[in-house]
Amino acid sequence: MKAAKSLPVGSKKSFDVWGFVIHALLVVISLVCLLPYMHIVAKSFSEDAYVIANKVFLLPKGFSIEAYAKIFADASILRSLYVSVIVTVLFTILGMVVTVCAAYPLSRRQLKGRSTLTFIFLFTMYFSGGIIPEYMLINNLGMLDTMWSLVLPLSFSAFNLLIMKTTFTHSVPVSLEESARIDGAGHFRILWSIVLPLSKPILATLSLFYAVGRWNAYQDALFYIKHNVDLRPLQLKLYYLIVQATESFQLEATEVTLSNPEVMKAAVVVFATIPIICIYPFVQKYFVQGTMLGAVKE
Amino acid sequence: MLGTSPATDGKKQTGGDNMKGISIAKTKNETALLKKDRYGMLYYLRRDWQLYVLLILPLALVLLFKYTPLAGLVLAFKDYKIAKGFWGSEWVGMEVFQELFAKPDFARAVRNTLLLNIMDLIFSFTVPIFLALLLHEVKNVLFKRVNQTLLYLPHFLSWVIVGAMAYQLLGEGNGMINNLIVTLGGDRIPFLQEDMNWLISYLAIGIWQSMGWGTIIYLAAMSSINPEMYEAATVDGANRWRKMWNITLPSIRPTIVTLLIMSLGGVMGGSFERIFSLLNRATTEFTTTIPVLVYRWGIEGGDISRATALGLFQALIGLVLVLTADRVAKKMGEDGLL
Repeated sequence: MKAAKSLPVGSKKSFDVWGFVIHALLVVISLVCLLPYMHIVAKSFSEDAYVIANKVFLLPKGFSIEAYAKIFADASILRSLYVSVIVTVLFTILGMVVTVCAAYPLSRRQLKGRSTLTFIFLFTMYFSGGIIPEYMLINNLGMLDTMWSLVLPLSFSAFNLLIMKTTFTHSVPVSLEESARIDGAGHFRILWSIVLPLSKPILATLSLFYAVGRWNAYQDALFYIKHNVDLRPLQLKLYYLIVQATESFQLEATEVTLSNPEVMKAAVVVFATIPIICIYPFVQKYFVQGTMLGAVKE
Repeated sequence: MLGTSPATDGKKQTGGDNMKGISIAKTKNETALLKKDRYGMLYYLRRDWQLYVLLILPLALVLLFKYTPLAGLVLAFKDYKIAKGFWGSEWVGMEVFQELFAKPDFARAVRNTLLLNIMDLIFSFTVPIFLALLLHEVKNVLFKRVNQTLLYLPHFLSWVIVGAMAYQLLGEGNGMINNLIVTLGGDRIPFLQEDMNWLISYLAIGIWQSMGWGTIIYLAAMSSINPEMYEAATVDGANRWRKMWNITLPSIRPTIVTLLIMSLGGVMGGSFERIFSLLNRATTEFTTTIPVLVYRWGIEGGDISRATALGLFQALIGLVLVLTADRVAKKMGEDGLL
């Protein structure tokens, strides 16, 4: 219906066949993106018997929330959720402070040594020590099995810095800054009272980049959180619970006892994506803007 | 992309290194020196001290977490023993590398890394371009927005989630796709439990996860095309495909080149998370890539020196690839990356 409505107006009176094909194709591709998730949701609300019989496709059969009840009764999953929330909040705050503190000076033309400093920051995009030297560093700093190993190392992101720097360079009119200077405002004042208020959209965007990136990552947690099971963030917990479990579900010491692991797995997936799915429709435009800015060259 | 463009003080001349470039750099350098004589660094430090204060925290973090590990790379030239520690371990020169290159696992990891990433480059890189061209044809704002919202969704799911969903959908015994196939009268296909199938599934999942998100930058580039060009083309009798080929595609060419260069750097790497959440014991042929091997050797196996050497090998090749691609792009008259 939508497709029919949106036929290009300019294309004469005749029925635009290719226009229709393009719209139909897009609908199909979009559904391919949505349906797998719908299936998981359907499965998570279904009764075990239907899932075992392989009868569940896109709608739940025999509505049941038993799986969710079990998740909320599992202390270790809730504990992981808590760790994820704390780590994400700390990480986002630190990441934003660092990015602003670096982006503002680097966006000022009068800064002596600007290009050298910029190079020092952005070089990290193209060459890094890699997994093992970083692991050794965390080890030597005594940060293995601590929350800090998940908060500090990734808090600086060259990509985000680049976006913020570009925005600061372009979004704040030079005249505005100059008049503030004439009025005797220092850089701290200009940053706090002029630049930051003018850059609210980009601040929101990058906060979301940091938050969602942190929420979804599990690689560093897999490397750094080895023995302290209580510090596993949700994604790592899921990794042990679901992905590893395709081989050995019993190994994971969890209080959840399952009648059918498939329903549980589906429910855990939904549980872990709810925060993302809830904010996603509202924050999507910020992500799009941020990604576009990341591609704009200075 | 890198902000080192027109270096005002002439210290960092990143671009052209032909004779002309050098002479320009020289004159710039001289003027910079003259300026320096008038105002020393101290002058600037005093004048802009607030800017430098702001830089302390980011610099400290970058130096500690990004540059200190670079020093750790010397472990690739040492025989690291935990008992002897970082300083006490013996220097062995290129010995670690010689051993590394002789390992059959190494050759396989390099082959797999190149295979998976080049296939990704062929498919995951091109699909967003086609998708963006399709979306660009849509004039109805609501239709476009709804589609985009759905297309972007997979990008926001973590690889653990995607991996879990993959097994729920593609599993042999009870995956939804296989259930569907059986319902339609077909036989179950081991999508993830057989080497070749796994490879195809891996690529398809990658496309699925990234195709929507990949359109954003192209769509942005397309939206800045002057609509008068399309109008003029319409007047001249050009049809939809003609406009796509002669206006839209040429307009996004610089974007394609830039993104291609950025992807090329990853040809030696690739996402550890993606492969790690999709691998299983039944399929080992294609799943050992360089990052996975680094993890297995270094963190699981404790062979720090060899894993570091492998990581260094990967990082160096990656850097060379980016620089080469950038040089080629500039030769072709595109903007390049650096």
